[in-house]
Amino acid sequence: MTTITPPSATAATKAATKAKRRALIPLAIFMALAALLFYGLQLDPRKVPSPLVNKPAPVFELESLDDPNRKVTNEILMGKVSLVNVWASWCPSCRQEHGELMQIARENDVQVVGFNWKDTRPEALEMLRRYGNPYVVSAYDPDNRYGLHWGVYGAPETFVVDGEGIIRYKHIGPVDRNVWETTIRPIVEQYRPQSS
Amino acid sequence: MIHRVRKLSLSLALIAGTLAFGNPSAYTLEEFKFEQPGQHEAFRDLIAKLRCLVCQNESLAGSQAGVAQDLREEVYRMMLEGQSDEEIVTFLVDRYGDFVLYEPPIKPSTYILWFGPFIFLGVGGYLLFRTLGRKKDEPEEDLTEAERARLQRLLAAGGDKQETIK
Repeated sequence: MTTITPPSATAATKAATKAKRRALIPLAIFMALAALLFYGLQLDPRKVPSPLVNKPAPVFELESLDDPNRKVTNEILMGKVSLVNVWASWCPSCRQEHGELMQIARENDVQVVGFNWKDTRPEALEMLRRYGNPYVVSAYDPDNRYGLHWGVYGAPETFVVDGEGIIRYKHIGPVDRNVWETTIRPIVEQYRPQSS
Repeated sequence: MIHRVRKLSLSLALIAGTLAFGNPSAYTLEEFKFEQPGQHEAFRDLIAKLRCLVCQNESLAGSQAGVAQDLREEVYRMMLEGQSDEEIVTFLVDRYGDFVLYEPPIKPSTYILWFGPFIFLGVGGYLLFRTLGRKKDEPEEDLTEAERARLQRLLAAGGDKQETIK
């Protein structure tokens, strides 16, 4: 027993390395699964993707919130990028995003169209009187007649509609500075008609 | 003691309050009237297959949410108009997405959902049988000469004397 012969030593080392690698497989599987589940935790099941994105906005014809004799239709969406914001006075998150919408409407070349949803006229008008009105006009849909066609299932929801009346994005939940800057604004810029 | 009585009376008051004023908007399927027999059952079955988007673990049949009621009324209206189940489902999927279906359709984006379990089962089964097969193939390790001699010694000793482990 003086020296260990080189060939068998290499074979033994190789086998040992192989066994070590094999032992790491369960760990790798576990980590992959953990990563997948962790990713799943980040997803919000309330944010259901809308099948209406990249489709023409559903046709609607509703009374204007502030004037029952005035009709609001898809025509309002033509020629300009619009944010169609589904809101209601009973919805706390709508009040939360209201200031942000005011600022967006004031500082940007984008028209904010209100979609007053399952609300009452006096209460809705009262909210605008108290907190300001970011909307060029608000369509009044107390009975969810057209909200259903837009796939609305909660307030607030905000659609980005391009100048041809095609829905380009749907945001569920309140719009805040971060959502506007990182998500909605780039889409608005992207679809802004070239002339302006 | 007083604390417990207070707790109890509070609970009773809450229960009484719930019974008296609870959920005035609670709905029953009875409000949807059909003329033909069997239609009510068909309606009930259809809305049970549709998911309420507000309370996502409830079907349209079970949910008390306002939006669920709106959708029930829409489904009811469409049924009275004589539209088929497929037409109604398509109408809702076009607006709300596949999410309204409790049973998602089989298409590329849902393949992993539908076939994933079978793939896992297959891979797991393969690994299981492979491992079991290999165990069987491995030869039993023979005792070395020294061990054999020691075994003989132990057997000859008759087990009376315990050999201490060194």
